[in-house]
Amino acid sequence: MARRVAGEHHRGHNRDDEFLPGGRVTAAVEVADLVKHYPKSTHNAVDGLSFRVERGEIFGLLGPNGAGKTTTVGILTTRIVLTAGTATIGGVDVARDPVAARSKVAVVPQRVNLDRSLNARQNLLFHASYHGIGRSERRALATRLMERMGLADKSKARIDDLSGGQAQRLMIARALIHRPEVLFLDEPSTGLDPQARLFVHDRVNDLRSEGVTVVLTTHDMEEAEKLSDRVGVVDHGRMLTVDTPTALIRSLPGSGTIDARVRPNGFDSEKVTGLLSDIPGVQRVETPGGSDAPEEAAPETELRLYVDCEPGSLLGPVAAKLHDNDITVSDLSLGSASLEDVFIELTGRDLR
Amino acid sequence: MSGTTQSSIRAFWAVLGRDVFVTGREMPSFLAQVLVQPVALLFIFGKVLGQLGYTQPGYAQILLPGMIALNSFLVALQNTSFPLVLDFSFSREIEDRLLAPLPITWVAVEKMLFGALRGLFAALLMFPIGLLMLGNVAWDLSGLPFAVLCMVLGSLVGGTVGLTVGAAVPPRRINIMFAVILAPLIFTGASQFPWAQLDQLRWFQIVCAFNPLTYVSEGMRGALLPDVPHMAPWVCLLALLGACVIFGALGIKFFLRRALD
Repeated sequence: MARRVAGEHHRGHNRDDEFLPGGRVTAAVEVADLVKHYPKSTHNAVDGLSFRVERGEIFGLLGPNGAGKTTTVGILTTRIVLTAGTATIGGVDVARDPVAARSKVAVVPQRVNLDRSLNARQNLLFHASYHGIGRSERRALATRLMERMGLADKSKARIDDLSGGQAQRLMIARALIHRPEVLFLDEPSTGLDPQARLFVHDRVNDLRSEGVTVVLTTHDMEEAEKLSDRVGVVDHGRMLTVDTPTALIRSLPGSGTIDARVRPNGFDSEKVTGLLSDIPGVQRVETPGGSDAPEEAAPETELRLYVDCEPGSLLGPVAAKLHDNDITVSDLSLGSASLEDVFIELTGRDLR
Repeated sequence: MSGTTQSSIRAFWAVLGRDVFVTGREMPSFLAQVLVQPVALLFIFGKVLGQLGYTQPGYAQILLPGMIALNSFLVALQNTSFPLVLDFSFSREIEDRLLAPLPITWVAVEKMLFGALRGLFAALLMFPIGLLMLGNVAWDLSGLPFAVLCMVLGSLVGGTVGLTVGAAVPPRRINIMFAVILAPLIFTGASQFPWAQLDQLRWFQIVCAFNPLTYVSEGMRGALLPDVPHMAPWVCLLALLGACVIFGALGIKFFLRRALD
């Protein structure tokens, strides 16, 4: 997958308000030491969270359920009142001036919250009017956005008659009609079919070229890796790490992998694992298929070797070691770690 | 005026415009919702029972101002509270308004104001219907301005009570809202009887005094039918203004609690 370097994306905007007196560029989103404590809760939902999203950047906010992502987005979109710390959108403090902040953000929620008393196009028109966009302008914008979101023939449709994907696209159109500086996308492709998912991904990429900042929260690691310029991994209300997906994957101990399928020929799989772990460069060996399966039921064992060097250079030694021990190899291939591995490494395997 | 205030005012009108637009589209169902019940009450108690000889002549005269009052207060209350309960639970439609560039308090005020407008509209409709149904109405027209004032205040109080109830009642309790809130309000609001004549039923008179609707009914009846025993107009005015302030504040407080975490 082609990946851009982080510095490439700061394009677009060149307005005066981008610069603070010190010459520092105003971030699209700046969160510092953010704390949210819900009454009746024993711990902080957000617990000293800090991060910064540059203008025009697509930022992925990842984390297990209950990590504090939704609360953070809620605070940034002025729906949740922060307990301590600061959160700003384009330099506007969301706690001090929520009304001004609201004109700078847009939210595409996970659940459909379109206005069912209005048809598809009216949803866009009224939303635009709340944001003070003049009549002729909002009509033109609505037409353009409906077309762009593939909804041109749905303008008179009732909300209840739209499919999940269509409702999602309409919510994106609605979010964009008041030209927000920052767009918050909550789980943008949950429940969408692959076509709709790709369509949404393409539209998000379009936004990048238009200089709209996007903050997306997702569990879908593939999606986060594909769309985000940088991702932040949140757990227990704290930011664990922030970097480009490539850098995060590279930073993972044993980021390269070798997948092997072997017939142990009498060795138990622990012994095989032990043999392979001894090869220099191999960090650890896992058996994704489960190591405790009885031999006769699973004559072939799948192994994944996590290595801390170029995985290709270890193919020879691995094959030789297995051969020396009379273990039949039926498949040996190179793999690379994914963002999911990073995620699991950082947040653990426990169910939430 | 700052730019933010200006955009908030614009957003306020746009949000109100949305509600008016939607009402316009749903006019038939809105009319059915606001007219069937009071018209039926007026017909049975004012017309049928009278013709059968079970009510005294003149009872219909007492009933009509009460029905107008009932509509102003109750329609405003229902039209503020029901949509709100739904909005805050399953439809979540209100989120779009909560993310519009205006203070959340203004959204609450808009909801009240719009409910009041619907109540006022429903009350106004009762005038021609009542005249048509009862034939002759012996009103003292010099009291009309005060009666209209009571009607307007009644709608506003209905809106504020509706906001309070709508923001306080959890969605799973919506069905008991009818039984424990609406029904008692309908029958303790002096809209079917003059409150001042309840001295034989003191406990009920005291109960009725807690219902804001009593002051709308009494104010309107006293102004239009000065010969029927009634509460002093200044008491009605003061009570309605007081209820507006108390329930308005309470409603906004509950609304903010629901809208913000």
